[in-house]
Amino acid sequence: MSLLEVVDLSAAYGPIQVLHGISLTVDAGEVVVVLGANGAGKTTALRAISGLVAAKGELRFDGVSILGRHPESIAHRGVSHVPQGRGTLAGLTVDENMRLGAYSRRDREGIAADLAEWYDTFPPLAKRRSQTAGTMSGGEQQMLAVARSLMSRPRLLLLDEPSLGLAPLVTKQLFETLATVNRERGIAMLLVEQNAALALELAARGYVLEAGEIVASGTAENLSRDGEIRKAYLGR
Amino acid sequence: MDLNLFFSQLLNGLSSGAIYASLALAIVLIFRTTGILNFAQGEMALFSTYVTWWLADQGLSIGLAIAISVAVSFVGGAVIERVVIRPFEKASPLVIVIATLGLFLALNSLTQVVFGTDAKQLGSAFPDTVWDVWGLRIEAQTIGILVVLGLECVALWVLFQRTRIGLALRAVADNPEASRLLGVRVGTMLMFGWGLSAALGSLAGAMVVPTTQALTASSLQSVLVFAFAAAALGGFDSPLGAVVAGLIVGIARALTIQYIEPLNNIELVVPFAIILVVLLVKPAGLFGSTQVERV
Ligand SMILES: Nc1ncnc2c1ncn2[C@@H]1O[C@H](COP(=O)(O)OP(=O)(O)OP(=O)(O)O)[C@@H](O)[C@H]1O
Ligand SMILES: [Mg+2]
Repeated sequence: MSLLEVVDLSAAYGPIQVLHGISLTVDAGEVVVVLGANGAGKTTALRAISGLVAAKGELRFDGVSILGRHPESIAHRGVSHVPQGRGTLAGLTVDENMRLGAYSRRDREGIAADLAEWYDTFPPLAKRRSQTAGTMSGGEQQMLAVARSLMSRPRLLLLDEPSLGLAPLVTKQLFETLATVNRERGIAMLLVEQNAALALELAARGYVLEAGEIVASGTAENLSRDGEIRKAYLGR
Repeated sequence: MDLNLFFSQLLNGLSSGAIYASLALAIVLIFRTTGILNFAQGEMALFSTYVTWWLADQGLSIGLAIAISVAVSFVGGAVIERVVIRPFEKASPLVIVIATLGLFLALNSLTQVVFGTDAKQLGSAFPDTVWDVWGLRIEAQTIGILVVLGLECVALWVLFQRTRIGLALRAVADNPEASRLLGVRVGTMLMFGWGLSAALGSLAGAMVVPTTQALTASSLQSVLVFAFAAAALGGFDSPLGAVVAGLIVGIARALTIQYIEPLNNIELVVPFAIILVVLLVKPAGLFGSTQVERV
């Protein structure tokens, strides 16, 4: 049984159908990437999974249906969504953002330990603990979004274009951190990315989404070798 | 100029200003968490005040009556959010304004139906002691009202800065969608915010009525107008602004009544003038913020 099972999932904004029955799975501890052009429906797919967008079909987390559940309760089950645009609580401090990341937890000591650990992993955040989060640079805010999600000790991390707006070097560091987190903590990830090269390096498997439908899937290795995917997403 | 008269008007202004500040805080609280200007805030407080009166009329001490009314108002405010406001969650701001105006009328009528239309007498929670300080009469009532406002401020500060639920309330005010993704139950927080706001209104009502003549269905309407002026002056998103501006508006009112003869009896001109000037000159208010946010 997969950790996340999406079967024939559809979603629409009003009369406009955006997802036309997509199916995908993420196993426990696995990193899976979704590639797709602008407007393909990648963000919508993640929002449907985390409950922000109403959807039809089947949606199971850890064997339990989460279709139609509130985002709050899906988050409490261990799905943490780092939204496109980062979802910074702009008027709150970095530290307050981090503490809200652990909102679903009650273990004070564990929270304190994690806080120390993630500040260690992301030194720029540690330096800016008491800075108003909205005044940080885009890259710093992206780090915060990821670190804040990790504070919830999720079992599945949904990442929507974490490299958006980051300098290449920062992106590379972020992906290295994600790889480490995945390896050491066994946190599964469903990653949406434009930076296909880096994403396919991190992920074990992937799907290609086009106009709301899955048009290709396979291991990261096979996808990287596929001629059309190379042309469309790897630029070579 | 008669300094004694000036200072006694200043004290008058401070005590009514503290009440405007209380109600302005209630308005700001809801605006911060939901972006809604609650025009029914005064009538919610009116109903609460009648509840206080009824409890006192049953023989409860005034302090106990206020305490129970504050608790009842908290629950009532939360229920109003869930039942009246939530269905309009996705509606346009105009629709929501109309909903709060509807609530205004409904609560006003409900109050008259439940409690009758005759004027009620509500005692004060404070002794009618008067101190004489260098010829200046200082009423315990005035000091009491200011102390209540001070306690409200401290309590709110502790709630918002030092508690988990306060942090969650601020998160919801900042970015509801991101908050939901972190597991914050936004609906519950909104109910909590409305409850808190109604509780503040209940306190304001219990303080204002003994200082005026009697409790009637229109007792809190002018207070609401002054409170709105205070919230506009301080900035609708600033609790500190609500308090400072509440006091300013109270003092401005007391002094204009005393010193500007033509404004006697039409003192409601004062808050309207304040609202207009603020909207023209500094729409964010004295302490209001335009969110600092980099995209
Ligand atoms: N709130 C909305 N209301 C109406 N249409 C929407 C809404 N959000 C997205 N859409 C439409 O749904 C389609 C898919 O959008 P989505 O954001 O899921 O794409 P995406 O694959 O994430 O694109 P990008 O790479 O640019 O982020 C687009 O055509 C978009 O215009
Ligand atoms: Mg997107």
